[in-house]
Amino acid sequence: MSDPHEQTHIDSVGSYVKILLALLVATGVTTAVARLDLGAFNTVVALSIASVKMLLVALFFMHIRHSNKLTKLVVAGGLLWLAILLLLTMTDFATRGILGVPGK
Amino acid sequence: MADHAPAETLALRVQFDTEAQQKDASTLGMWLFLITEIMFFGGMFTVYTVYRSWYPDVFAIASSSLNEIIGALNTGVLLLSSFTMVMAVRAGQLGQRKAILIFLILTLLFGGIFLGVKGYEWNQKFEEHHIPGQAAFHLEGVAPSDQGHAQLFFSIYFAMTGLHALHMVIGVGILLTLIVQARKGRFSASYYTPIDVTGLYWHFVDVIWIFLFPLLYLIDRHLVK
Amino acid sequence: MITAAPQEREHYLNASHGLKSWLLTKDHKRIGLLYLATITLFFFIGGAFATLIRVELLTPQGNLVSSETYNKLFTMHAVSMIFFFLIPSIPAVLGNFFLPIMIGARDLAFPRLNLLSWYLLVIGGAFSLFAMIAGGVDTGWTFYTPYSTTYSNSWVIATALGIFIAGFSSILTGLNFIVTVHTMRAPGMTWFRMPLFVWANYATSLIQVLGTPVLAVTIVLLFLERVFHLGIFDPARGGDPVLFQHLFWFYSHPAVYIMVLPSMGVVSEIISTFSRKAIFGYAFVAFSSVAIAVLGFLVWGHHMFVSGQSLYAGMVFSFLSYFVAIPSAIKVFNWTATLYKGSISFQTPMLYAFGFIGLFTVGGLTGLFLAALGMDIHVTDTYFVVAHFHYIMVGGALMGYLGGMHFWWPKITGRMYPEGWAKLSALVIFLGFNLTFFPQFILGYLGMPRRYHVYPAEFQVLNVLSTAGASVLAVGYVIPMIYFIWSLRYGKVASANPWGATGLEWKTSSPPPVHNFEETPVVTHEAYDYASLMAEEVEVG
Ligand SMILES: [Cu+2]
Repeated sequence: MSDPHEQTHIDSVGSYVKILLALLVATGVTTAVARLDLGAFNTVVALSIASVKMLLVALFFMHIRHSNKLTKLVVAGGLLWLAILLLLTMTDFATRGILGVPGK
Repeated sequence: MADHAPAETLALRVQFDTEAQQKDASTLGMWLFLITEIMFFGGMFTVYTVYRSWYPDVFAIASSSLNEIIGALNTGVLLLSSFTMVMAVRAGQLGQRKAILIFLILTLLFGGIFLGVKGYEWNQKFEEHHIPGQAAFHLEGVAPSDQGHAQLFFSIYFAMTGLHALHMVIGVGILLTLIVQARKGRFSASYYTPIDVTGLYWHFVDVIWIFLFPLLYLIDRHLVK
Repeated sequence: MITAAPQEREHYLNASHGLKSWLLTKDHKRIGLLYLATITLFFFIGGAFATLIRVELLTPQGNLVSSETYNKLFTMHAVSMIFFFLIPSIPAVLGNFFLPIMIGARDLAFPRLNLLSWYLLVIGGAFSLFAMIAGGVDTGWTFYTPYSTTYSNSWVIATALGIFIAGFSSILTGLNFIVTVHTMRAPGMTWFRMPLFVWANYATSLIQVLGTPVLAVTIVLLFLERVFHLGIFDPARGGDPVLFQHLFWFYSHPAVYIMVLPSMGVVSEIISTFSRKAIFGYAFVAFSSVAIAVLGFLVWGHHMFVSGQSLYAGMVFSFLSYFVAIPSAIKVFNWTATLYKGSISFQTPMLYAFGFIGLFTVGGLTGLFLAALGMDIHVTDTYFVVAHFHYIMVGGALMGYLGGMHFWWPKITGRMYPEGWAKLSALVIFLGFNLTFFPQFILGYLGMPRRYHVYPAEFQVLNVLSTAGASVLAVGYVIPMIYFIWSLRYGKVASANPWGATGLEWKTSSPPPVHNFEETPVVTHEAYDYASLMAEEVEVG
């Protein structure tokens, strides 16, 4: 699994500065947008911006861009398991009370 | 390799054959650890999702009582610390010992500022009587029958920011150790794995905050005004 | 092959001496033995609680202990057995000792972390032991809220903290195993040449790494609610106790596979060795371990059919639960197919493997009854459930553990155990087990609820049978304790490969040298290549 490129990949200072600026701008944007009334889309926008920020940090600061397949698989697996936890729990909470039977 | 293996070094422990193998193992180990952290915080994100979906209006009011400008600025501080952290890793890759030290200290500094601001915010909550479980708890603008739901928001707020802060404190501890080692000149272009994996941890804690900020500070602010 | 007498040769046991050389060891083999001592202690503590439970249940009246004490007995029985015996059992003892050797490595990837994991188990165990001595805990091992957060006056926090700490031991062991399997395999040891025991431990590690953190955060939330009154699951504030159950079972259903998957790995090794054949459908058995680990995460809601969970969620979880039966059945069928036309010998490990297959099958099939939504409502919280999970966790997991201990004892200690006594105790355990737990299926079906010490007089006969069985079972557990210790001094000296098995662990001496092999092995054969091994023997012989 050793990837010889992994050791040699050194990103430029400029690229890191650009990522930092993008992250700071995104933080400003998400704070500002929260004041606008987008209806249900407020949450969608907030989470989308957060996801983009996460991707920037993960790909560039955490070097996933240069990582081997195994690392990417590990990260994807972790997110998938988080989704399992959330989604299967919500099968309960999203369908509670539909039948109108107390306790179900 | 026989029992009388050559004396082990930091970059090549006795159980490994090559330095590259050891580095791969350390990196994979840290990523797996971060997966456990995803699941650890995942439990709390689940709690958050359930209660927010049950009590959206009360959560919006409770969320609006937090100061989102302070939150945003503190997010910026944390992002800065991630930047200096990745610069420390870069200095490690290049074997620039002085730069390693400087960037680690800067990261520590920004981390400290973040924690200080967090402490200030928590203190505010105490002064405003927004502490769940206390008889004096009262959130303005919420009906008496819904005060319990407001308490749930602040329970989640304290649990999530508290555990996040705990991870920051642990990170600060690790940074201090690294700084001591860096001063002794232990790191070089051929051995900087501890900086590398600490960086992964630090960025991860940053990512958690990237989600906590909008989820806790920015819920449906437009509704409340 | 090494034939020098063990007392002259240096190996991991005599390479250094003194208490310090054990307490600070980084050798995975010695750490495995440290775990062995620790979990054996907890096995007997848990066993003592079980004894008291069974004695109390001899009569329909609750005349031995009070109701409160009885609640504490079954809680502490489960806490000791689950968190401090079964979960660490095979991975931390046999996995620790053999996983690196079986893939041809000198140690685990992180030996210091491995030692830390053991200390975490000890510290966690100390907290829980303290709680037991100080007055015990009475919430049931499931710690359901709001009883655990608000009403219980027992040592909830100390116990939960102990489990929290032991959980990190489990996480770090799993992490160590995964990294080791990925990065430390010897030349030629491809993924599909790995012994199935390694595959099983790998799959187990996935569960430990992905599931245990959720238990950890659940305990943290419990702690915050009980100590700081955060009230996250408090119905008085609009919180939901069922949410606690979701988080708890997200870990605790997969935890059953932490206990039973490694046993399945042991059984694969034993079945292959003692029928002198490659495991039938190797790849299917390997993948079925991973499939069980993955599917195990999708079914937790079957513990909550009567909890107030939505009926639709109940249907989803009930439906998904049936899928876990598929990979489990694949294993059972493939073991049986391996036996077909094998040259089978009935040594003690093989008896345990057979015991495992039979009892696990009963436990698994009754699990299907319980996964059926309607049937489960009838038997929820009855002895049917108690019998079911003891068939899985004692009949399955513990049988595999004992089978593995016998199988690898010669390698660990360099001594043979006495075969006659071992066969006898295997038989006693099998009979005692069935006598203890089979009546409980009937009791449960008739409607006797679990966790009560007073019961209607008509259930007494079956309860007396069960208690009698437990006495037989206890004898069955004490005999191996005695002859294992006896064998350390008086047992026949073991050769490097007493069973004529194929794994790498049998290619090094018994006991193995400090770094496992004199030189790094190069693997040229598939796993369980008995066909060519026997061909070689014919040529040489
Ligand atoms: Cu289950």
